[in-house]
Amino acid sequence: MRGQTILKVGIAIVAAFLIMTVLATQMPTLTGYHPWLYRGAPRLQGPTTQHWMGTDQLQRDVFSRTIGGGKASLIVAFSAVAISMTVGSILGWISGFAGGWLDRVLSLAMDAIYSFPSMILAIVLVAMIGSGLAPMIWAVAFVYIPTYFRVTRAEVLQVRETTYVEAIRAIGASNTRIVLRHVAPNTVNAIMAVSSFNLADAILTVAALSFLGFGLPPPAPDWGFDIQNGQKYLQSGAWWLVTFPGLMIIALSLGFGLIGEGISDLVNPKRKRRHA
Amino acid sequence: MGGIAKYAAQRLLLTIPMVLVLLTVVFLFLRVMPGDPVSAMLGGKNVSAQVLAQYREKWGFDRPIHVQYAEYMSSLFRGDFGRSLRTGRPVLEELFIRFPATIELALFGIFFSVVFGFTTGVVAATRADRLADHSIRVFHIASFAVPLFWLGLMLQVIFAVKLGWLPVASRIGGRMAFTFQQITGLYVLDAILRWDGKALADVARHLVLPAFTLGIALTGLQGRITRASMLEVLDADYVTTARAKGLKERTVVLVHALRNALIPIVTVFGLQFAVLMGGAVLTETVFSWPGIASYLVRSIEARDYYSIQGSVVFVALFISVINLIVDVFYSVIDPRVRY
Repeated sequence: MRGQTILKVGIAIVAAFLIMTVLATQMPTLTGYHPWLYRGAPRLQGPTTQHWMGTDQLQRDVFSRTIGGGKASLIVAFSAVAISMTVGSILGWISGFAGGWLDRVLSLAMDAIYSFPSMILAIVLVAMIGSGLAPMIWAVAFVYIPTYFRVTRAEVLQVRETTYVEAIRAIGASNTRIVLRHVAPNTVNAIMAVSSFNLADAILTVAALSFLGFGLPPPAPDWGFDIQNGQKYLQSGAWWLVTFPGLMIIALSLGFGLIGEGISDLVNPKRKRRHA
Repeated sequence: MGGIAKYAAQRLLLTIPMVLVLLTVVFLFLRVMPGDPVSAMLGGKNVSAQVLAQYREKWGFDRPIHVQYAEYMSSLFRGDFGRSLRTGRPVLEELFIRFPATIELALFGIFFSVVFGFTTGVVAATRADRLADHSIRVFHIASFAVPLFWLGLMLQVIFAVKLGWLPVASRIGGRMAFTFQQITGLYVLDAILRWDGKALADVARHLVLPAFTLGIALTGLQGRITRASMLEVLDADYVTTARAKGLKERTVVLVHALRNALIPIVTVFGLQFAVLMGGAVLTETVFSWPGIASYLVRSIEARDYYSIQGSVVFVALFISVINLIVDVFYSVIDPRVRY
């Protein structure tokens, strides 16, 4: 598989999810059943021609809930990655240019956060801030800041030593100019790839947070929460409540992962090198 | 060896700031964020202001933040993690009781990830750009996208509920739990030490599904690093030399290439362990595994702040120690590294 193909497949998957989620949110009854207001289906019935993904214990249609269940995940993932990208990059620039004690303190703090399990940190932070959309965004954003900090700082350190930066510095260019014109363009590729992988990871983190009960309050559909709900009926054989939302999480996370893969392959062709 | 000991001591000292940073983050989030820990701990019920004030005083939340911080820090350095607000027992003691369960799960999780990640990585590298390579790469990428809690539930449905081959959850069967005597707390090891075949079978059966689930968390990561590093090594001159000497391809791959390919895999093991501990939170929750990760989740649900802080410090220390061991081990497999 070439990088471009992988990238295209990834973009197609993510685009499909975005369209599906917007449609499901704007027109909740598109499937014929409202995701939480319709409660006229048979209770806990497996997939049928009427209810493609079966029904839940509250007599709702699982298919209608599943196609709209990624809204929170997408909102949290995109917002969180945008925040951590901004904060992490700025801190990385500052740290890389400032050097000295500021650089040492920032690097130490970032390394500490980076080496700690992000899933545990996100759960602890959400638990402390409270459940819901905004707390999830802040917690997930916080966890990813060190990733961007490291990428940007490394690039600054490298670029700072090059002769062309020395040259433009000699003719009086400011640090801000050096960052915007010479560091930022060099980090764009790496940051694009990193943020795609982060988005893939964020989808899983949000799903886990909702699964543990820190996500959106019911009755709005949400994959992680619906899986937690379905867990209670697994023992009695109701596999469809858990299976379908889970497959959606995999597909969406895989989509972001493929985008990251594709970008990495295109940017860094050495990775594709065959051995002799 | 003197060099290693000195290096280990230095590294150990370096973990102190790391733990401090994490603890400060958790501490600040706890106190600065809206929401009152005391009313949260009392269950958010309508408690009179007087009772709230009483508890605030009892638990020390009435003092200024920097005083609370200094006190908590100083008690930590004395090895006092505080007492659980739920049980009243020392947090450290509760963590140590649950620690072996997490270690056992992690070890067998690593075992599964090595079996799948390592072998698929080597196979993919030796068949680069052929069908096997492409399929394995897709498998590796896909394994990153699987939510562990979902995988655990699916395995439960298939192997425990539908097929009935393995138990649904917990570490040991109900009847066995009465007679089983712990030594180390690592049940598999204990069963072997007691020479108790029945117990060993029971414990092993309980381990399979959770360990496999947790192992998947690392499979993709390990597989990809193994593949990349094998590809690199297979191109090296000494491998060409080995081939030119007429050695069998199997010998070249397994003896000459693999040992060198191991180095980057071991290097990132510290990071892998962090991923593993993150995965343990979900795996332990789904399989009712009585380890420190599920303890943390339960502490969060109960708003047991000392237990939460204690668990975070404990996990941070644990990961630091693992990183240290990895560094030392690194010099064993790569004799060029000297400390």
